[in-house]
Amino acid sequence: MRRTFVILALLTLGLLSYALYEGLVAAPTEQTMGEVQRIFYYHVPSAVTAFTLFLINFAASIIYLARRSPRADALAVSTAEVGVVFCTVVLVTGPLWARPVWGIWWTWDARLTSTLLLWLIYISYLILRRYSTSGQTPVIAAVLAVFGFLDVPFVYMANRLFRTQHPQPVYFGGPGSGADPRMTFALLMNMAAFFAFAALVVWLRFRLERARQDFEETQALEALLQPDARSPR
Amino acid sequence: MSLGEITSVSLAKDLRLEWRAKDAINSMLFFALLVVVIFSFSFDPTAEESRHIAGGIVWVAFLFAAVVALNQTWARELRNQVLDAYRVSPAPANALFISKAVGNFIFVAVLEALMAPLFMVFYNLRSIGPAYELVVVAILATWALVANGTFFAAMSIRTRSREVMLPLILFPISIPALLAMVSATTAILTGEGAYRFWVVLLVVYDVVFTTVCLLLFETVLHAE
Amino acid sequence: MSVSSSPANSPAASLSQSSPAVAVALSRVSKIFGRFAALRDVSAEFSAGKLYAILGDNGAGKTTLLRAMVGLARPTRGTITVLGTDDLRAATAEIGYMAHPTLLYEEMSGMENLRYFAALYGIRDHRPCEHAIRAVGLDPALTRRVGQYSQGMRQRLSLARALVHDPKILFLDEPFSNVDVVSAREMVHVLAQIRDRGKTIFIVTHQAALLEAEADEFVCMAAGQIGARTRELPQSLERGGPPASATL
Repeated sequence: MRRTFVILALLTLGLLSYALYEGLVAAPTEQTMGEVQRIFYYHVPSAVTAFTLFLINFAASIIYLARRSPRADALAVSTAEVGVVFCTVVLVTGPLWARPVWGIWWTWDARLTSTLLLWLIYISYLILRRYSTSGQTPVIAAVLAVFGFLDVPFVYMANRLFRTQHPQPVYFGGPGSGADPRMTFALLMNMAAFFAFAALVVWLRFRLERARQDFEETQALEALLQPDARSPR
Repeated sequence: MSLGEITSVSLAKDLRLEWRAKDAINSMLFFALLVVVIFSFSFDPTAEESRHIAGGIVWVAFLFAAVVALNQTWARELRNQVLDAYRVSPAPANALFISKAVGNFIFVAVLEALMAPLFMVFYNLRSIGPAYELVVVAILATWALVANGTFFAAMSIRTRSREVMLPLILFPISIPALLAMVSATTAILTGEGAYRFWVVLLVVYDVVFTTVCLLLFETVLHAE
Repeated sequence: MSVSSSPANSPAASLSQSSPAVAVALSRVSKIFGRFAALRDVSAEFSAGKLYAILGDNGAGKTTLLRAMVGLARPTRGTITVLGTDDLRAATAEIGYMAHPTLLYEEMSGMENLRYFAALYGIRDHRPCEHAIRAVGLDPALTRRVGQYSQGMRQRLSLARALVHDPKILFLDEPFSNVDVVSAREMVHVLAQIRDRGKTIFIVTHQAALLEAEADEFVCMAAGQIGARTRELPQSLERGGPPASATL
């Protein structure tokens, strides 16, 4: 396990460094937006990673509800936490990019609103997990995750109409149309690097959660074997 | 007894209890009135502007009143742990969900019926579109809030800071429905905008989430 | 002996035989809350048609045992079988439960409470409700709200609620606390009659002496385990001491 971790970590480090170089140095400067556009290489991969993680959380939650497998729950909480981090990156880099380029911090288009909503939902998911006093916290959290994820299509649909009522800046006008291949390459490299990084952190968190589960198991077994000296609740 | 019979028995019991504990209703009504007044102070537009923002203000006010009501109705089941008596019986979990949701719907509808005329008065509102459409939106929107709200209130029973937890987990998920109900109401009041699209969205939202609630309520009720 | 004259085969004889059926069986049941094990590897069989008094100090696991048997507390380990099935949801119609909290609505009268709970068991008729209320010594016609009852009356009404659907097994958690001695004795009498009709009753109590005459078995619990099971009231327990190690 340790060796796999080291290899993965080195691979991730390599990818991230290379992607950093590509994004900040090697890729050509965008014509209209200038250097600021380079945030794009962090913004988009973060968004894709976050969404993928939340998708995995959704799947893990459903599996947990069906099978009550502790591994599914460990995966659910790991992807939720790491997903929230990446989602925060998206929500911070977005305005940082938009302000100098389009003059506005925020706008209610479908993507932004869905991202914000996902962020809110999963923060509430994490808070629920922390504040739950039930012995069945994973069940309740899994139920919330199902509700939360099902909500996202609705936001998207709602925003499609909402958007036409408000003027929207073109989001990916740059690289989408006749993009310099080096830009696409930089984007893909960063995508790969972020995925690797996310996978690494999720894996670490997953193992931490499994260790915690095992520890609880052991405590429970110990409690079984000897009478508890403390007075019960 | 069938699901329907147990649901109506539970609903009758809830309505009777609400009626008897009149102090709860009275304080709720007063709270609703306060909300309307405070909002009217905070947002004091001209008659023309008010039409455009009234939809948003009204539904946010209803949302807050609904959350207080939702917490109330489940609190009663926790006194003396009466909920355990239900859980130990063979009565189906969904009967409890439906009866609570319908009871909450009635409760919140009463609050809305009180608050809406007050809003009309304070904001000098007159709707440009047909008024019956407002009722349609109100029904769909209230159900959207109440169905999820009842479910999440049951979930938040097993958390610390129960009263805070409910809005915390309910609001994010209700955002699309809120958007729809506000836009639909504004569309009716101003006579412009795609009223039909928002109503369809609300209907789909209601159907999808009511189904999910019915599928998962048993799990939530019997979680310790 | 010829078959026709064997007492074991005559209908009267088989009725008077104690039923061989097992009402509740626990197999290696543990219930763990974090670091605290309320039930520790409990295995036991309880025959039908008997009145069991469950005794023990606070924290011995008596309430948890009851809650596990009615399905409110899912065992962390092990299985519980009630009336032959380990799907406790299926057995709920035949189970009556009374707990520490009253499990009643304060704003309704006794009869209203019972009619509601009876409905949950599919009972539309008001007569079982009246019968149950009278059986515990209360007046069905009383319109006073439960919130205004005395503690003892609430206790008795809670018992009535557990009885209303004539369940095969009763699980009662401290039914005699806050009840005066005379009423408590009446309740014991009622419960004994129910037992005589073939029902199984589990009573968790600190007042073991009340059940001295009627209990078929005294089950002593300590530190999450079942210790001694005796036919006679264990003398040591009357003074709150540790359970004896005698076996049945």
